[in-house]
Amino acid sequence: MAAHTAAMSMSKIFNPFWGGRLGQTVKVFGTTLTSHRNKTGNVFLQQQRDDIPPPAKYGGRHTVTLIPGDGIGPELLNHVREVFRFSCVPVDFEVVHVNSALESEDDINDAITAIRRNRVALKGNIETKHTMPPSVKSRNNLLRTSLDLYANVMHCQSLPGVQTRHKNIDIMIIRENTEGEYSSLEHESVPGVVESLKIITRTNSLRIAEYAFRLAREKGRKRVTAVHKANIMKLGDGLFLQCCREVASDYPDISFDSMIVDNTTMQLVSNPQQFDVMLMPNLYGNVVSNVCAGLVGGPGLVPGANYGRDYAVFETATRNTGKSIAQRNIANPTAMLLASCMMLDHLKLYGYATMIRNAILTTMNETRLHTVDIGGQGTTSEVVQSIMRIIQSKGPLISEL
Amino acid sequence: MARMAWRSAILNLLKQWGLSLNGKDKIKAQEVSQVVGALKIKPPQPRTFMRGMQTVTLIPGDGIGPEISTAVMKIFEVAKAPIQWEERNVTAIQGPGGKWMIPPDAKESMDRNKIGLKGPLKTPIAAGHPSMNLLLRKTFDLYANVRPCVSIEGYQTPYSDVNLVTIRENTEGEYSGIEHVIVDGVVQSIKLITEQASQRIAEYAFEYAKNNQRASVTAVHKANIMRMSDGLFLRKCREAAEKHKDVKFNEMYLDTVCLNMVQDPTQFDVLLMPNLYGDILSDLCAGLIGGLGVTPSGNIGAHGVAIFESVHGTAPDIAGKDMANPTALLLSAVMMLRHMGLHGHGQTIETACFDVIREKKVLTKDLGGNSKCSEFTEAICERVRHLV
Repeated sequence: MAAHTAAMSMSKIFNPFWGGRLGQTVKVFGTTLTSHRNKTGNVFLQQQRDDIPPPAKYGGRHTVTLIPGDGIGPELLNHVREVFRFSCVPVDFEVVHVNSALESEDDINDAITAIRRNRVALKGNIETKHTMPPSVKSRNNLLRTSLDLYANVMHCQSLPGVQTRHKNIDIMIIRENTEGEYSSLEHESVPGVVESLKIITRTNSLRIAEYAFRLAREKGRKRVTAVHKANIMKLGDGLFLQCCREVASDYPDISFDSMIVDNTTMQLVSNPQQFDVMLMPNLYGNVVSNVCAGLVGGPGLVPGANYGRDYAVFETATRNTGKSIAQRNIANPTAMLLASCMMLDHLKLYGYATMIRNAILTTMNETRLHTVDIGGQGTTSEVVQSIMRIIQSKGPLISEL
Repeated sequence: MARMAWRSAILNLLKQWGLSLNGKDKIKAQEVSQVVGALKIKPPQPRTFMRGMQTVTLIPGDGIGPEISTAVMKIFEVAKAPIQWEERNVTAIQGPGGKWMIPPDAKESMDRNKIGLKGPLKTPIAAGHPSMNLLLRKTFDLYANVRPCVSIEGYQTPYSDVNLVTIRENTEGEYSGIEHVIVDGVVQSIKLITEQASQRIAEYAFEYAKNNQRASVTAVHKANIMRMSDGLFLRKCREAAEKHKDVKFNEMYLDTVCLNMVQDPTQFDVLLMPNLYGDILSDLCAGLIGGLGVTPSGNIGAHGVAIFESVHGTAPDIAGKDMANPTALLLSAVMMLRHMGLHGHGQTIETACFDVIREKKVLTKDLGGNSKCSEFTEAICERVRHLV
């Protein structure tokens, strides 16, 4: 078993197709990161984990957990299922509903168990009513921390068919997903004085930095920029920056620099083409990823992925609930569909992923059927129909005839 | 002044009462602020009725600071603004007990004049003392940072029609500076939100909106994640909104604001936020209109102190070469005039500055031209003479 997995991982290294398929690689490298970084040159052959359960694949069909969430989540995920069914994708969805109005955490715990079982999930955003007491934590955050999905990856690319103020943007954002400002550790010391703790640890910073540099190397990226505020938060962000520099020294082919977060946002709105890969802690990641999503055309276009050592959860990058546009058939399905393609890549169903992705991009760029948020007038169902039409016309079955 | 003594006496008395009554501190705190609010010295609009010159403390700063300050003084002279400048230098000196502070004559001048204009200050790395801006902030309790971001007609950016104001809490939040290493490899940084500071900034924001004819105030927060801290901030904002019903109030998540800001900045009016979000967003908005070289900024402090400043750096590479762009300091000075109630002069100088930039004949290097600072200043003076 160990030899098999070792062989599998070695073949993955030299397999040219592993471009965007990171989930498996994360499992291989995740274990190498303890508090003292292993400086041997070949990090690939560290101790393999024998106790990782096999993927949920029976009879050639994968099982994936589906969490509809709130707002536009359910309708968009229905469209995803429609497209998958139409394209005969061998994926079955295990649907788990999470009711955000309840105070008990049973729903989200069930969802987490389902994800542990299937190891891959596709989810819509679960609403967090911030009027509820602080004991009711954000469900999305709970999910991320319980499953230790430490890396949030988002690829912002200018699409030729979409009108934006800035062109030729191609930024990869890697954001630490579990600690930082989102530790949900707050207390009221005396009435009227509240403290909220921001935690930065060496292990997590090293882990995310390793992830970022490895990803940059795989994708052939030349430059990694760390975003921080170490001039003010000297210890916290200082530690993060120090870990990034340590990891950077192991990757001499990739140039590393750092930028303070307020300067970064200023540069992003005036000259976003200068950025390549950006690496940052949790809160700045929130800001920067939303700014970049806005720059390339809006929340309806960018998919995001949360990777952990053992699990992967795919969703839209900006995690919007979209309550105001729910049930009106005007939401943009692109982000969710592209996220599902990322999931297919993760499951190694590259053929289906490419097919659906090409159909989506053709609809976006050539047919120019756009929904309202990017300036068009199409409805969600029209866009989905168009995608399915393109899949039908270009699909493998037709070409074999 | 007698008014100040009376006010501080009441404050002390109320504080004593607040302390002695256990368990009712919250209520007392509210009452204190209400009483204080009633007694509060109004912003110095009555000063317009004072005859004669208004004295303002001028801190030229380092690097290009002196050049741009001279430019501003020259333009003000031509515009016949009733301002008398008192120049002071600010460097960090160590006072008794080893505490770092600003020179006492600067402090005294500022306390007397209440209004200040500041150029860029440099903090040498590893100087051993906190940054100059931090020192000033602590000395005068500058709790609000106000940055109006208005698109400049002549200076093209991908975003036109930007017209918003960011008001940022400047004393606490994530920048409290309280950090410690718990165990080796684990660092904890504390974000502090207090009721008093949140209330103060919320009150200020609504007053600013009223005084400047702004229609709505948006509170920016992340209360879904930081439930208690941003929740407290939001509660105080809501309370202030209740007292100022003529100004619209709404709340928006930080990520939604960022997303919408880069797609359509016209939907925002006044943004009110804690320290970190304010830092990021105000620089984002500055980037929308063209950068820190053209953005004015003002810091409002307790006891009626207000310091207006240019937020760009000292630019040591172009210092002394007559290449600097005085626009940021000039617009901050205009903001200062408006704060003092001298709207007429403020409008004249601002119009002159925008006209010169729009004509694009005489522009400094960073605006896209190749004129000198003195030429640019002269062009503005010319325009002012024409308008006055």
